[in-house]
Parts: sequence; C-alpha cells; structure tokens
Amino acid sequence: MKPIYFDNHATTQLDPRVLQAMLPYFTEHFGNAASRNHAYGWEAEEAVEKSRRQIASLIGANAKEIVFTSGATESNNLAIKGVAEMYAEKGNHIITAATEHKAVLDTCKHLEKKGCRVTYLPVMGDGRIDLDMLRDAITDKTILISIMYANNEIGVVQPIAEIGKLAKERGVLFHTDAVQAVGKIPVNVIADNVDLMSITGHKMYGPKGVGALYVRRKSPRVQLTAQMDGGGHERGMRSGTLNVPGIVGLGEACAIAQAEMPEESKRLQAMRDRLRAKFESALDEVFINGSMEHRLPHNLNMSFAYVEGESLLMGIDDIAVSSGSACTSATLEPSYVLKALGLGDDMAHTSIRFGLGRFNTDAEIDYVADKLISVVQKLRELSPLYEMVKEGIDLSKVQWTAH
Amino acid sequence: MAYSNKVLDHYNHPRNVGSLDKNDSHVGTGMVGAPECGDVMKLQIKVNPETGIIDDAKFKTFGCGSAIASSSLATEWLKGKTVDEALAIKNTDIVNELALPPVKIHCSVLAEDAIKAAINDYKVKQGADVSSLVQAH
Repeated sequence: MKPIYFDNHATTQLDPRVLQAMLPYFTEHFGNAASRNHAYGWEAEEAVEKSRRQIASLIGANAKEIVFTSGATESNNLAIKGVAEMYAEKGNHIITAATEHKAVLDTCKHLEKKGCRVTYLPVMGDGRIDLDMLRDAITDKTILISIMYANNEIGVVQPIAEIGKLAKERGVLFHTDAVQAVGKIPVNVIADNVDLMSITGHKMYGPKGVGALYVRRKSPRVQLTAQMDGGGHERGMRSGTLNVPGIVGLGEACAIAQAEMPEESKRLQAMRDRLRAKFESALDEVFINGSMEHRLPHNLNMSFAYVEGESLLMGIDDIAVSSGSACTSATLEPSYVLKALGLGDDMAHTSIRFGLGRFNTDAEIDYVADKLISVVQKLRELSPLYEMVKEGIDLSKVQWTAH
Repeated sequence: MAYSNKVLDHYNHPRNVGSLDKNDSHVGTGMVGAPECGDVMKLQIKVNPETGIIDDAKFKTFGCGSAIASSSLATEWLKGKTVDEALAIKNTDIVNELALPPVKIHCSVLAEDAIKAAINDYKVKQGADVSSLVQAH
C-alpha cells in the first residue's frame, strides 16, 4: 500500500481534471504558441491565452500581466534579479525575511556578491514579520521588498496587504512568493498592492515544471531585465518556447481552485483542526509552531517534545510527512524557519509538518492521528529526556556533552 | 533513506529499554549527547560484584532510528561481558553490525561513548582513581 500523503506543501497530486485538459496538447494540438502563420500555432496560442486569463482571474490581475516560467524558483529568480538589474540606477537595497524559501534567500545572497545590500528581517515568535521593523529598514536605496505570502513549513500568512501598502507609500516594488497561498486562500494583487508574484503549478494540483510570474503593468509599470537570452517571448521577459501542455494544466488548476476554494478550504481546515485536537487530547508536551490565527487552512506544524523527528518518521513509514529535524535534511541542520521563530534546536528536531490536500479524507485523519500518537508514546518510553522531565529535571540546567 | 534490516529490527523491537537504579553502587550510568544535537543516549550497566560480569544493561535514547539501534545493540553486547571486555567494544563494530551509512557513524560513536561513560561512572563508584578512567571521543 502506498503511504497516506500528508505532504502537500512539498507537492500535490495532479488533479485528474487537469490531466484531461492537458492531454490533447501533448498530441493533436502540439503547435508552438509562437508560430503566427498556421492553425497549429493559433490553437496553441489560444490555449495559452486562456490559461493566462484563468491565472489572472484567480489573483485579480489582467491576463497581460502573467509571464510563464518553469516554476516558482525561476519566477523568484526572475523577479528579484530582474528588478535588481533593471533598477540598479535607482538603488541597490533589497529587503526580505529570514523565513523565505531558499529560492529567494539564495537569490539574494547571489545579489549580495554582485554589490547589492540585503536586509533579512527577523520574524516574531508567531512567524510574522514586524511591520515597524520593515518600515525602519526601508531607505532611499531600497528598490524591492520580497516577502512570501505564506510559509511552506509553518503555513504562516504574512501581513501582505499591509506590506503592499507600505511599499506603495514608499515607492518600493513589492514581490511575494505566493506558491503556498495561491489557490488555497483568496489572493488579490490589486487589494494587496503586489507588484510581482511567483506562482507554481504543482502546489495546487497542477503539473510540475510550469509556473508564472505576475508582473504589474499599471501604477507602477514594472520592468524586469530578462535572465535568459533568446526569442523574446513573454514580452521579452522570459525567452523560450512555451510549455503549452503545462501552461494549460496550470490554467485549469487555477480555474478549479477558484471554483472550489471556499468549500475546500473550509473542509481542510476542519480536518486540520481535528488532527490537532486529537494530538492535544492524547499527548502532553506538544506545541504548535507558528501563528494559528494567520495560517493556511491546510497546514499543521507541531513539535512532539522529547521525540526526535527522524525516529518518529521511521515509525510512521506508511504516512508521508516531513520533519524539521536535522537528520531529515540534506544539510544536517535543523529547520532554519523554526529557528527563526526562536525555537531551540532541540524543539526543531522534534517537529513534524502536516500538509493536507484535496484528496485527503476524514478516515486518513483518524488513521494518521492514532498512528502518530501511538508512535510518540512508544518513543517517549524510549526517551531519556521525557523520563527526566517526568522526574522534574529542568533540561536547560543539565550539563550536556555536545558532540 | 533506507534503513538496514538490523536497524529496523532494533527500532521496532528495542532490546533492554528502561532504567536501573542510578544510586546503586554496582550500577554505572552514562549519559551522552545533547538535545540540541538531536541525540541523547542514557546507557546503564549493572555489574555483579562477585563475578565482575555485567549482569544487566539498559538504555533510553532520544535520537534517530540509527541512534536507537546503536544503543539497543550496545546493551545486548554488554550483557555477559566483564568491564574490561566491554571497553573493547568499538564504534566500528556497531557500524559493521548495523550496516550504518557514513552519515550515521556518529550514532555509533555516541554509543561507544555511552558505554565508556557508564563504565567510568561505575569505576568512580567503586573508588577508582580518576586518572584510570578511559577517554571518550
């Protein structure tokens, strides 16, 4: 049996309706959307324009403001590097946050080597940035604020409308990596004063390898320096033959999300809250990481104190989730997002991220809760830390032999 | 990551889980690691005063599956050995027995350190000179 999939922040299962929409564009409608002089090209172009409208409709944009890319990593690179190069004469300062995805953080680090100055805002204990700190960080050299809509580990939603308002007042462009939010919660680039927004297909039941960047065309008209040279596709911002089947899939995924979001988000939130309630009623010493108030409806991130994350995952090998434990990461460092919230390494090691999705069921919630509770109980029997805490020992006062 | 069958076996059926009376003069307790590092092992031995043989060994471990397996295996190996024989257990023996990948070697090192720490504690309780104690990694 395949594991129960509760890792929908990593990727999502392609919706069968999306697949159906895509299939003809692999075979009979195989044209190049840039072919202007025959029906194959026109068909492909028409499909691409429909997708543009579907995406724009979901985020409150105009279809002309959608630039197709290979995914959110490319969208983030294009937005940040494209602005840094285009507006280099105006300034060289970028503001971002410590909990951003690596596609933003590493892009900023790259730009620092090229002479940009980057401010990495810390976050508060609930995972949100402090708007006063953001305000204070803006200088006359600031050209871009890049703050994610919702975090991929803890699901915390940033005060996007307030950031957008502030950016507009100060004449600074505002980019948001919205891959976890678009299609899950209402997002509107006009209401939020967003200038650039990164989107990807595979986080919202669409295909991998396709994404989009929203680039505002009016007040202000945002310009970007292209990061790839070529045929000048996508208003010169992103050259390369368009991935028509992928683009059709992304558009369809957006249309489905827009139609079903009110009901779906309510259903997933009820499931998420039930999962949390089950853990909290059966186990002591469990902690939520990040704000519950400002949070994606389908995310839960909990620390199961005194139980190391990888050993917990090992006990639930029929459930696909991820952990902030160092042992499960490529870098052997515990989650930098959780550490940014002020969590000690010890608590970061014990965290599990649950990402619910469209295809999860109530029965799966019950199974995952029961299974996880029994494994946590078993591992706590094995945990010298849990034993010490039960004996009344303050772990912070113990002289550990770090290694 | 794929775990070896032996690691899985120790994880699913850990041997000798529990605690011995740390105030007993014949019990040696070793606690190594740190919560921030993601692993803490507590390993205890009980030495028979007449035979000098380790009669019982118990462990509790906070850590990944390989850390749990390393300490579980260590308790199995300790039982029936004299203290000197126990000191001959090397982390590489644990690596080989459990087929640990390079990234998990530190788990075996921690287990060897836990054995040494438990034996040192026992020796101190028996009035040993501190200079005679073995060094951990």
